[in-house]
This record gives sequence, structure tokens and C-alpha cells, in this order.
Amino acid sequence: MAKLLLQNGMIFEGASIGAEGTAYGEICFNTSMAGYQEILTDPSYAEQVIVMTYPEIGNYGINPDDFECSRVNARGFIIKNYCEHESHYKSSMSLSDYLKKSCIVGISGIDTRYLTTVIRESGAMNCVVTTGEITDEIRENLKNYRMSKDVALNVSRKRTDYFKNKGGVRLAVIDVGIKKSIIDNLSALGCDLTVFPGDVSAKEILNGKFDAVFISNGPGDPQDAEKTINTVKNLVGKIPMFGICLGYQILCIVLGAKTYKLKYGHRGANHPVINLENNKVLITSQNHGYATLPETLPANVIPTYKNLNDQTLEGFKCPEYKIEAVQFHPEAAPGPADANMILKSWVEGLKNEKTHKKENIFKKIFALKK
Amino acid sequence: MPRNNDIKNVLVIGSGPIVIGQAAEFDYAGVQACRALKEEGVRVVLVNSNPATIMTDENIADKVYIEPLTVEAFEYIIKKERPDGMIASLGGQTGLNLAMQLHEKGILNKYNVKLLGTKIDAINNAEDRELFKALMLKIGEPVPESTTVSSLEEAKKFAEKIGFPLIIRPAFTLGGSGGGIASNQQEFEEIVHSGLLRSPISQVLVEKSIAGYKEIEYEVMRDANDTCIAICNMENIDPIGIHTGDSFVVAPSQTLTNKEYQMLRTSALKIIKALKIEGGCNVQYALDTKSEQYYVIEVNPRVSRSSALASKATGYPIAKVTTKIAMGYYLHELPNAITHKTVAAFEPALDYVVTKIPKWPFDKFAQGDRLLGTKMKATGEIMAIGRTFESSFKKAVTSMEDKNTGLVRRKYMQLSDDELKALLHVQDDRRIFRVAEALTRRISVDEINQITKIDKWFIYKIKSLVDFEQRLKGEILTPELYLEAKEKGFLDTEIAVFAKKRLADVKKLREEAGINASFKIVDTCAAEFEAQTPYYYSTYNEFDENKVNKEEKSILILGSGPIRIGQGIEFDYCSVHAAWSVRDNGYKSLIVNSNPETLSTDFDVADKLYFEPMNIENIMNIIKSENPAGVMVQFGGQTAINLAGKLHEQGVNIIGTSIESINIAEDRKLFEKLLRDLNIPQPQGRAVRKVEEAIKAYEELGFPLLVRPSYVIGGRGMQVVYNKDELLTYFNSALKFSDEHPVLIDQYIEGQEVELDAISDGDNILIPGITEHIERAGIHSGDSMAIYPTQNVSESIKSRLVDYCEKIARALKVKGLMNIQFVIKDDIAYVIEVNPRASRTVPIMSKVTGIPMVEIGINACLGLSIPEQGYKTGLAQETSLVCVKVPVFSFQKLNRIDPALAPEMKSTGEVLGIDTNFDNALLKGFLAAGYTFPERRGDVMLSLNDNTKPDGVEIARSLADLGYRIVATTGTHNFLKQYGINSREIQHFDIEKMQEHMKKGQLCFIINTPTTNANSARVGSQNRGFLIRTISEMYSTPCFTSTDTANAYLRALKYFVSRPELTYDSIDVYRKKKTLAEV
Repeated sequence: MAKLLLQNGMIFEGASIGAEGTAYGEICFNTSMAGYQEILTDPSYAEQVIVMTYPEIGNYGINPDDFECSRVNARGFIIKNYCEHESHYKSSMSLSDYLKKSCIVGISGIDTRYLTTVIRESGAMNCVVTTGEITDEIRENLKNYRMSKDVALNVSRKRTDYFKNKGGVRLAVIDVGIKKSIIDNLSALGCDLTVFPGDVSAKEILNGKFDAVFISNGPGDPQDAEKTINTVKNLVGKIPMFGICLGYQILCIVLGAKTYKLKYGHRGANHPVINLENNKVLITSQNHGYATLPETLPANVIPTYKNLNDQTLEGFKCPEYKIEAVQFHPEAAPGPADANMILKSWVEGLKNEKTHKKENIFKKIFALKK
Repeated sequence: MPRNNDIKNVLVIGSGPIVIGQAAEFDYAGVQACRALKEEGVRVVLVNSNPATIMTDENIADKVYIEPLTVEAFEYIIKKERPDGMIASLGGQTGLNLAMQLHEKGILNKYNVKLLGTKIDAINNAEDRELFKALMLKIGEPVPESTTVSSLEEAKKFAEKIGFPLIIRPAFTLGGSGGGIASNQQEFEEIVHSGLLRSPISQVLVEKSIAGYKEIEYEVMRDANDTCIAICNMENIDPIGIHTGDSFVVAPSQTLTNKEYQMLRTSALKIIKALKIEGGCNVQYALDTKSEQYYVIEVNPRVSRSSALASKATGYPIAKVTTKIAMGYYLHELPNAITHKTVAAFEPALDYVVTKIPKWPFDKFAQGDRLLGTKMKATGEIMAIGRTFESSFKKAVTSMEDKNTGLVRRKYMQLSDDELKALLHVQDDRRIFRVAEALTRRISVDEINQITKIDKWFIYKIKSLVDFEQRLKGEILTPELYLEAKEKGFLDTEIAVFAKKRLADVKKLREEAGINASFKIVDTCAAEFEAQTPYYYSTYNEFDENKVNKEEKSILILGSGPIRIGQGIEFDYCSVHAAWSVRDNGYKSLIVNSNPETLSTDFDVADKLYFEPMNIENIMNIIKSENPAGVMVQFGGQTAINLAGKLHEQGVNIIGTSIESINIAEDRKLFEKLLRDLNIPQPQGRAVRKVEEAIKAYEELGFPLLVRPSYVIGGRGMQVVYNKDELLTYFNSALKFSDEHPVLIDQYIEGQEVELDAISDGDNILIPGITEHIERAGIHSGDSMAIYPTQNVSESIKSRLVDYCEKIARALKVKGLMNIQFVIKDDIAYVIEVNPRASRTVPIMSKVTGIPMVEIGINACLGLSIPEQGYKTGLAQETSLVCVKVPVFSFQKLNRIDPALAPEMKSTGEVLGIDTNFDNALLKGFLAAGYTFPERRGDVMLSLNDNTKPDGVEIARSLADLGYRIVATTGTHNFLKQYGINSREIQHFDIEKMQEHMKKGQLCFIINTPTTNANSARVGSQNRGFLIRTISEMYSTPCFTSTDTANAYLRALKYFVSRPELTYDSIDVYRKKKTLAEV
């Protein structure tokens, strides 16, 4: 037996498929039909309890290739029907064993469709999942529960890591909860990556003589990411930057725009966004609970993408400072790879600039020699 | 981009008659297309030869042509209607092929008709195997090693290089007709040969077999802005090797990781971008079970059966959006039809599992070859929606409408483990049940997986259901256990059997525990956005989303389940019209059906759609939730009628003809008494349950006799017997498939068959028309050619038929529709059958007479008398248009089925030839049904039984006059000789020679009347006539098995030879011609 208590007092009961224990978090739902392993390990879900709207979960087990992070970042996992016998040639463990091993409470047998409508109607809220009884203490704790302000820094790496790619575009990556797929994607594009913890200083980055800065996805309210915001503020105009998800929101704030909390967020693999520059539509992977108010964007910022479902802003560019960012996830994982080319073209642009620069230097040298 | 304003007049091509591989899904697609076009203010011209469709209704298009789907007809119509655009991707393979021909012949260019949506080049690139392969290589998408050949020699060379097994796929054929998997040289040569023959361009693809890979399909869509979306992916439970139309399928895929899902999605989008598809498209993949290796198997650049399934599985209206794209719109400019808040440029998220199971005709063709391969054999399909795989799968099995709803079937219990394992290798329609049986034994999931290549995920899931059966058998049935059973999809009837309880006790437990089904909505977005879609499915132990307004009165219409032989699209026509009429009468219309191909399961049709099995329990769940004013059972064919009694028992109000009257019509004894009391002639008959009674019956009635089980669909198990042996054999085998109902034995009167459709309000009767069959009685009415209005029935007989009809309708207090079949011999009209429900002919009669039968019937049921509706009673004035219905068969898809016409129905569809005179209508009927009239006077083979030898004389003379040479089997040869007719004798047993003849294409056609009941397995395999007939099917040589059909064909042939100038008009014009004639 395991139970879910929502902040609004509703209780859902099901079977425990994970670890014993009690965990608090913000409840949210994801509409992806595949990719539970990526979702569970995505650091952006830190301090959240995930509801999967697709009812059959655990089908292909857990495999060594699809982790977005070495640990589960969600607090709890709620599903309709747990698959007792996973089947996949890559599977090395069942989902249930993985949840147990990761000390995550999991509940199956929940009317997840109903739960989703409750979240949709009442909006995002806190909840508690427990394999024990719902005591007064638990209720009291839930009342007082707040997501930690440092949630992004908590999931960020503590030491700088290097993903070498000799001769490639040199990127300083700020990890505020980065998914492995982003690192993989950038590496595959030939970038030479230095991945910094979220509290890295601007100075350290500027000293590194990077070609550009990349700010990752991550959990929590962007306004809480004060340290990173400060760092980024000091980089504006000095180096090209790109942001995804939380990274995008941080850039918005830094440029002077305001963010706000969405009623129940966008989490799924089917979100259509339109490129406002060429009118092309992409189906994107999304996972965010906050959005940016487009009317607060300063004049030098140009909106680039818009969500076709609720018209929210999904991307912008600021040519003046060479900043670009998208709210959605071009690295997919899980979800469609339609937006992959956004990363690619950004990196291509940096590459061209780099060659251009080199050429210019050569030209200068040549001219001097002459 | 906003819509293309240059397009004001659009031609839509239908898909023609229902055949295996092309069923009701194209009516659904076509209707959606027409409605979408009309929304744009476009004038729609529709052409389809299939009169049973909803799309050929005059309220669907502005101009409806029920004409042959031939280039000649289209050129004529295009010249007349001058459309600016044409949509080719909605009429199935037929529509696509026709569009290509029109393009190639320069007709589209000549008349400035723009092909809307997917363009010719895209179609070519997708359909032509070589071009497709080249394109795939260019964009780096893997295709299995293959070669396209136009001769057996080339094929052999490739086989030598690659080795067996090899898959052979003929180009441009429906449902993979003529293809197959060859594992040795002999099979290979046979399949390649027949494939080359079947392919209209004499081209087949020979490819490396990847049997055993997972088969995954993607339904994708692209607009001219290059926006691409994947609407749905589907996973075949049966791996590669079984045609997807014959596979158990689930949506979405269950065993794919996100990476695999996206890998194939990315590939599919890449392909449609490269092809420049504009609209819906289907891409099929084979995916290795042990690596990320995949192959692109096939691309269908059009709306397909799979897209109908995907539309129903997701709620995304693919055909409608395809049409809008064809009109120039971009996906992001179109609203999401379900949420109204979002746009069509998105990918549906499912929060349920969909299972599709094909419906095969093997229950009717007991002797047919049930093996499944690359050639599709299913006539239809069912779909079920459940919140879990278990419940979805169980519901799907229930929807098959088999007598047995369980997974473990008695017939496999006696098998030894070894026998069972051996049978697990056999890929046929029942394998899943053998898997279930194996799971009850100590046969491991791994072993079953190794044998069947079905993914272990599915096997484990089936095992969980089989194991649960054991729990129900072993444990005490507590409310908790009961609830768990309901969540897994078990029916009360099953639970009662497993728990060894009476059904009443199970129901009591259910009631006491307060366990009710709840209903969830299909909303395309997994509840992420609010949706008001009136599209529901049932679940247990979950929140009920069904909003029922108790103030509003509603009526539930029972649909007809899967398309099968004897119960086809015509009942969908009736159900849809019923829904519309019920609404017009101020009621909320509710529809329940299990068939994803149909228009009735479009959530746009009724006020509320319940996608549920056509099973009493599922229907009672709906009734309990909705509390409708009543249920309409007369429009859903035998499926719905069979439920009437059970509904009545539960106190449900059956609207229309009473259950007592239905029973009288279905119960031999009561029916005989009724006719006796009314003094109406009938063939003498007996209902017998024992052999002794059968013997007594024939002694009293004499031969020939017509024997059949009671409560039948499409004359299943019906046969004419000429002697005692045949009778006894039939009787012994018949009892096996019907032990609760008796066997019916009637005198077989070999006369002229006539039928009429009527509408009754209980007192007043309106008879739209009487049709006359071309074939004599003894051939199922569904397989007979039929003429309206009658050409050879006297006025006095007609008035007698009307009188009988009125008497019967009043006696039975029929409210709504009815159909009566008569046989006329020696000026006596015998009533042979009364169906107090909508019949197969309702759509045709409604269209050719202009009398909307369903609407009048519904109004009558709901209390408006026929005169009050402004109609006269009695036989409606006959029109001067003449129409001929011609049945269409799908024998080429089914092995070992005797094509001979018999009392048992075998056709899958029908076409209608309409004109102002009989000869034109007849010729059009034959042309529409795909018959050709050979220009070259070659050989015609005659092989006649003794009964029909005299008919052969006249036929032979006509043939000789026309310049044909006659080849006759010994008996026929000798008989003709007596009449001075020359023929070349061919030894009756010399099948090989005949085959050679057909192979060389020397035989124009064959007339072969069956000697005895060759349709029974017993004689079938040895019977030479049977061999001749099946070989003729193999080589597509027309074979007439009734001299009546042959005579009709000869008449059309003679007429054709005279080079008549056919004209083509819309149905309303033909009817107006009638008024002109009257004036």
C-alpha cells in the first residue's frame, strides 16, 4: 500500500512499487507515452512528484543507456498500471527495483487521468507520498512544506567537469541541473565542454577564454537561482550565450523580463511551438513550470518561438548581446528530436565565427607581413 | 497559409466496393473529406460505385455519381463537372490508382484539374518500388535488400543470390494481394508468378525476409509548410510476417523505449519530408528485437485502414485534416477538433491502450485456409479501448463477437504439450488462444517467445490474464477479487463460469458492492486540456467522467460491429442515419459500436459515442449510466438483433418492432404459424434438433431441401441438399456450431427470387420498391445480382407481394424497417424470409427511389405515422431509372474457398450500375464490379452440371455467335454435341491443361456450375469443379458458377460489342429523368 496526499486534502491510494518511506514535493504530470527512465532521472524534476498520464509504465525496464543523470531526481512516481514483467534486450533492472534502489516512493494503481484533471483544475500544488499512514504530523509537514530555494544548486555538480573535444568550439556550460543528453548532444556537435557548477563565477568563465556560454535546464523557480543569475548578469555582452529551460528563464530575468508560474506547467513530448521567424512548427519535448511574460521583454530582445497550445513564449534572441534561448528541450530525451537543429545551428554559428575570426587573424598577420 | 481560394469545385474519388483490404474506412475518410470541403464552401462532386456507403448520400456531396470507377467514366464526369481540384489520397488504393491513370492519360491536364494534397510525383516515389528504394538510399533510410522484377527469371537470379526465405510483394495491389513469403524454390516460383499476374504493372518486389522483427507503424502527416507530426504509432503483437491488416495491433507501442520510439518517428518524418507528402501517410517499420537495426517496409502515401484506426485510437481526424491540408491550410492554422482550444499541429497523447483485432471470414468458410501471411484475409476489424493493456485486450476479444469470450479455449485443452507446441508454430487467426492455452501449462514465456516471436511483454500480459482466471477458479469471490477482475476486463459471464457461480449471484455481488463501470473520455491530450469530446470508453474503479443530463431524453443505437461477410457497411449506413434522425426527433443520439473503420464511430456523428464491445454487459453499462428512453436494435444488423432479447429481459425498452414480433420472424414455428394464419404461401419446412427428426422431415417434404441453422448472419451454414446422404452429413456437422438453436429444413423452390423493403408504422406500410434477382433462388440474396425496378415480375404478382407485406407488417405490428424475400414459381409467391429490421438493401433503395428509409422508419418508431410524414402508403411509384446491383467477391485473398455461388453468402461488397435502361445499367454494373469484356474472341470453357446442361445450349449458341471458341469438359461436350454445337473437348480431370490454358491467358472466361455442394470441405478437396474454380481465381479468369449470371454477362457482352456510348449522370439527375418521363 502507498498513499498520495495532495495539498487540497485529496487522498489517492495504490500499491507501492518503490521504496518504503515518505516524501514531499510538488505534484506534476507528464504526458509522454515513453521515456519514464529519462523523466525520472531528469534533474529538472528535483523535489517533484511525477504523475505519468500514460497508464502502462515499466514496460521496458531500466537500461544503462537512457539515464539523464546518475540518480533519480524526482521525489515520487505515480502511475496507473505497473508492468511486472518488463521486456527489452537492453533492460538491466526492473523499474520497481530501480525505484527501491534509488529510495524513491512509487505508487501504482492510481486513476492518473483523474489525478491529472485535479492538477489541471486546481493547479500545481504540494503533496506527500508515503508507504505508511497519513498521520497528523505528515499533514502538518505538508502544510509547511516549501520547495528549497537552492533546488537548482542542489542538483548541480559540485566540481567542474571536462568533456574534451580538441579543436572544437569551446563552451562553458553552467550546470543548474543539466541533463546528460545536453552534454551528449553538444559533444556530438564537436564542442569542447567545460561544465561548471551552478554557482560558478563570471570571472572564472571569462578567464577561461571560451567561445560561448551554455546555461542548462534545471528545477525550481528561476527567481530563486540568484547566484547563477548574478553570474550570468556579469557575462551579458561579453560572450555569446545560449540557454535551455531554466537557463532560458535565467537569461530572461537577466535581460530584464519577468517570469511567472504556470498553472500546471508543460511536461510532455508533444508540445507544438512555432518559429516566429519562418513560421515553421516543431513538436518539442517540454518540462517547465514557469514561463516568461512576453510583454516584459526589453526592446532589444526578439521573441523567436511561441507555444501553439497556450501562446506562451518559448524562445527569444538578443542579437545585441549574442544571446539565444529556448524554453523547450532541443535535446529531447524523452521526446521528439525536431528541435535538435536549434543546437546544431547555434554551434554551427559559433564555429563559423571562430573560423571567421581565425581567418581575420590570418588576414591581419598576412597584412602585417606584407 | 490560408486556404487556396482558386479551388471551388472538387472531385472526390471513393474506393468502390468493399473487398478484403479495402473496407468501410474509406467511407469514413470520404465522408470526413466531403464535410471538410463543404465547410470551406467548396462544391463537392463525389464518384463511387459502392451504393452502400454514406458518402454516396446526397447530403454529403453536392453531386453524387454512383458510377463505375473507370477512366472512361471519370473523363466523362470531369468533362461535365469541370472540377478545379481532385483529391486522390482518400479513396484507398483504388482511388490512388485511378488518379494515377487519369494523370497518365493526360486527362487531369486536359481539363485543368489540379491534384490536391499529395502530388503525383510523391505518389510515384512512394508506390514505385524502385523509385522508393532509390529515395530511401538517398536519404539514408534502411530498406531490406530487395529487387524489383518483371519476370520470373529475374526473380530467380535474385533468390540465388540472397537465399530463402524471401518476401514477394506485387506492385500496386490492395492488401498485398498476390504476395507472400516463400521458403523454397517451388513456393517462390508460384508466388512470383501469381504476383506478376496480379500486379497491374506486372511488377513484383522480392525482398529479404525479416520475419520475426517487431512490426511498428507510424501514422504521420505533413503540410505544405513542411510541418510534420506523428499522430500515432502502433505495434503489431504479431511480428513481421503477418500482414498488418491480419495482425493483432496495439496503440501506442508498448515495448519501445523512448529512443526507439523517437528513432522511428524521426525516420518517418524524414521520409514524408523527402516524399513531400501533403496529408496523411502511413510508414511501416521492422525493428530488430536485439538491436537498434530497423528497416522501412512500406509507405502508403494516402489515408489508409491504419489511419482510420489511428483516428479512432487517438481522436485525431486524419482524413478531415488531410482534406484541409489539400485545400492549402497549414496544420497550425487548423483547430484541434477535440479541445477547440489548441491547434491541429500537435501529437496526440494517449492515456489508455488501444487493441485492434481483425475479423476473419473463417467462421463462414470453415474449410478456408486460415494461415496468415503477407496477404490480408480479414474482412474487417474491431478496436477496444481500455485503461490498461489487460482490459483493452479482454475487451477486444469480447468484441470479436465469438460465442466464447475467454482466452483459454476448450478445443486446445485436449492437445498434448507437444501437439500444442507444434501448433504454436502455425501462424493463423487462433494462435493467440493457443498461446493462452500454453500459458496454462508449464510452457515457459521464453519458449513461447522463441516459437512465436511475439514479444515477451505481450506474452506476460496474456499470462497475467490466464493466471487471473486461475485465481477466479481457486479463490473465494470477494468484492475485492471481483473488482480486480472487472479492472482486468473480465465479463460477469466469465467470472460466473470461473468462480462456478450463477450469473445472477455474480450480478448480486456486483450490486451489493456497488460496483459500476465508469466512463472516460478520449481527448487527444491525456487530460492536459479540457475537452468536451463526446467519445467514451468504459473502465472500472476509476472516476466517472460521463456527464449525463437527466433532463434530456436520449436513444441508444446499437451498431453492427466489425465488417464481415453478410454484415457490411450497409448497416453502418443505417446506424449513422439512425443517429441523425434520432437527433432530428429531439432526442440525444447515442451510438455504441466496436468497429474503428466506420463512420458511426466518428465522434462527430452521434451526440455521444461509446466505443465498446457489442456485448450485453457492456451495453447494459451504458444503459445504466445514460438511462436512455430506449434502444434501437433494427439498424445494426444481426449483431444488434441478437442483443434485443437480452436487453428486453433486463427491462430495456426496445424502440420499434417489439421483441415478440422479432421472435416470431426468427422462430420457424411461430413464423410458419403466422404465415398459415395469414394464408400466405411458404415453402414447407421443419425445425429439427435430432437426426431422426431430419429423416422424418425429408420423407414428408422430399428433395431438394434447403437446410440451415436458425439465427444466422448472411446465411451461414446454409446449403441445398439433393439426397439423404448430403442431408445427414450436413446435419451432423451443423449441430456442432449451433446446439442451442435447431436446424431448419425447408423445401427448396427453384424459382425467381424477389425481395422488397418496407417501412411500417404499425398500420401504414410504405414499400419503396421491389427488386428482382437475376439468379434463381438458392443463391444467397447478398450474392445475387439484383435489378430495380423489376423487369420480369407481373403486376398481379407485385400487388400480391404488396398485400402479403402489408399483412405481415400489420400482424407483426412492425415499427420501422422490414425486408421480405420471396420466391416465385408457377405464379405462386412464397415468402421465404422476413427480416423485421434494416436490411442490406436499405442504402440502395433509399438512393434509387429517393425515399429516405431510415429517417421515415425512425420517425415511425417515434410515433409519427407515415402519412403524417407526408408519404403515401403502398408500393411507391416505380422510377424509370434502372439499376443493377452486382456483388463483389474477395476470393483472391482467401485460399481454399469455393467461389461457387450458394445459399451461403460469400461476397464482401457490391456495386451499382445505374442508367435509364436495363442494358446500360447491367453493363455499368459489370464494369463497376471489375469485369472486363475481352476484345479478342478467345476460348470460353464450359463445364456444367446436369441441372444446368440444358441452359448451356443457349449460352453456347450465343458464344458461338459472338465468335468465341468453346472448350467443354467431357459431359458438357457430349451434351452440346447432341444439339449440334461444336466444342473442343477437354478432359475433366486434366486440371493441369486447364491451368496451362489460363496461365497463357487463352481462356476469356469460364462457366462452371457446381455438381453438388462443393462448398463443403468434404467434397471440396477432391472436386474437380472446385479446382477449376479456385484456379480461375488464381489467374483472375472470370468464372461464372450460375448460368443466370453467365447469361447476364453474355447480354452485357453482346451489348458491349455493339459499342454503346455510355453516359454518366448523378443520381439526382437519373431520378429527375424519371419525373420527366412521367411528364
